[in-house]
Amino acid sequence: MINKKVAGVKEALADIKNDMTIMLGGFGLCGIPENSIAELVEKNVTGLTCISNNAGVDNFGLGLLLQKRQIKKMISSYVGENAEFERQMLSGELEVELTPQGTLAEKCRAAQMGIPGFYTPAGYGTEVAEGKEVREFHGKPHILELAFEADFAIVKAWKGDEAGNLIFKGTARNFNACMAGAAKITVAEVEELVPAGQLDPNEIHVPGIFVKRIFQGKNYEKRIEQRTVRSKN
Amino acid sequence: MLDKVGIAKRIAKEVKDGFYVNLGIGIPTLVANYVPEGMNVEFQSENGILGMGPFPYEGEEDPDLINAGKQTITSLPGASFFDSATSFGMIRGKHVDLTILGAMEVSEQGDIANWKIPGKMVKGMGGAMDLVASAENIIVAMMHVNKAGESKILKECSLPLTGVKCVKKIVTELAVMEVTDKGIKLLERAPGVSVEDIVKATEVTLIIEGDIPEMSI
Repeated sequence: MINKKVAGVKEALADIKNDMTIMLGGFGLCGIPENSIAELVEKNVTGLTCISNNAGVDNFGLGLLLQKRQIKKMISSYVGENAEFERQMLSGELEVELTPQGTLAEKCRAAQMGIPGFYTPAGYGTEVAEGKEVREFHGKPHILELAFEADFAIVKAWKGDEAGNLIFKGTARNFNACMAGAAKITVAEVEELVPAGQLDPNEIHVPGIFVKRIFQGKNYEKRIEQRTVRSKN
Repeated sequence: MLDKVGIAKRIAKEVKDGFYVNLGIGIPTLVANYVPEGMNVEFQSENGILGMGPFPYEGEEDPDLINAGKQTITSLPGASFFDSATSFGMIRGKHVDLTILGAMEVSEQGDIANWKIPGKMVKGMGGAMDLVASAENIIVAMMHVNKAGESKILKECSLPLTGVKCVKKIVTELAVMEVTDKGIKLLERAPGVSVEDIVKATEVTLIIEGDIPEMSI
């Protein structure tokens, strides 16, 4: 067993520097690496390029980094829940690259799987296609999209073991499973870290080879963005 | 004239037994409530679930179980969870049978604009561009005119496009229309709405053949 366990978030993110490109898992606030985001705020690294489907809300998730102006550029598919984000973008303080969600996921997966690029029909005929190679397959135009190149991928899982194997819960798998192994260094924070041998190998979602460092996270808030319920009557 | 629930009810009639369906945010989300009991349909949410169920009972919300609108949901027997790349593989690979989404504008050719108002609103396209580029069966649910009373069905979209030549059907509070090679064909009118009302509210010249039936809901 190759042990990927580190003492905590400080050790896991010790070599993150200004101006790096960082992938962060999560969809909305579901499955975001809360401990690592807090540590990035604490470290006060700046000039970051963040690849994340969303940009958090004003006072949680990546919104915390935006408030402190630590992010230079965001690569996302949807950023509608964050007023500070919209203000920084419209004023030109923040560079934003909006990418169709499936393309964003596949650019992660391509990086993870060692595929330099791929053709997709998503965005053809729109401003997303501007400047990109177009090629027809079966009579339908597709555009060339390239794999991401990132310094760090930071993902959050439900359970993990010391070998770096990960298991997710519910819809918190989202981009986390696509980003593991998609950057030079992948850090995984987990709600429950167990010794190797305690997770059933049949139930692993991400094999440990894709994870460089793993640590036991703490104090998860797991904030709900839109609490919607029905009544029992 | 229909309200939003009426639009959802009419679209629910387009859902067939055995369909995998992706519902967009807004009116499309309501469609799930009106699929006839006993019909086997699975709803996909692009953040990673097939077999999406209704909202949870109060106190049973799970922060790890949400839909693409970030609302808390439940899962039904037979449901599965997966990552975002797999989710869009289902969409791009045409495994999803029906996509229902909202729009700001639709053109005569079936182009759709629904993600950006330059200088005013920039929220992003989310999964909409992937959905409209790959889905074979796309129904748009929207109000016929905007808040200024102008037609949202146009010769050409004025807003940045989400996709080209992709919309197959449009359901509004006034009518059901089909996008054909020759233009937009009027299929049904809403209860209490005349063909003249629909023509008046629509910028493009509609194809009208014979008597246009009133829709049944």
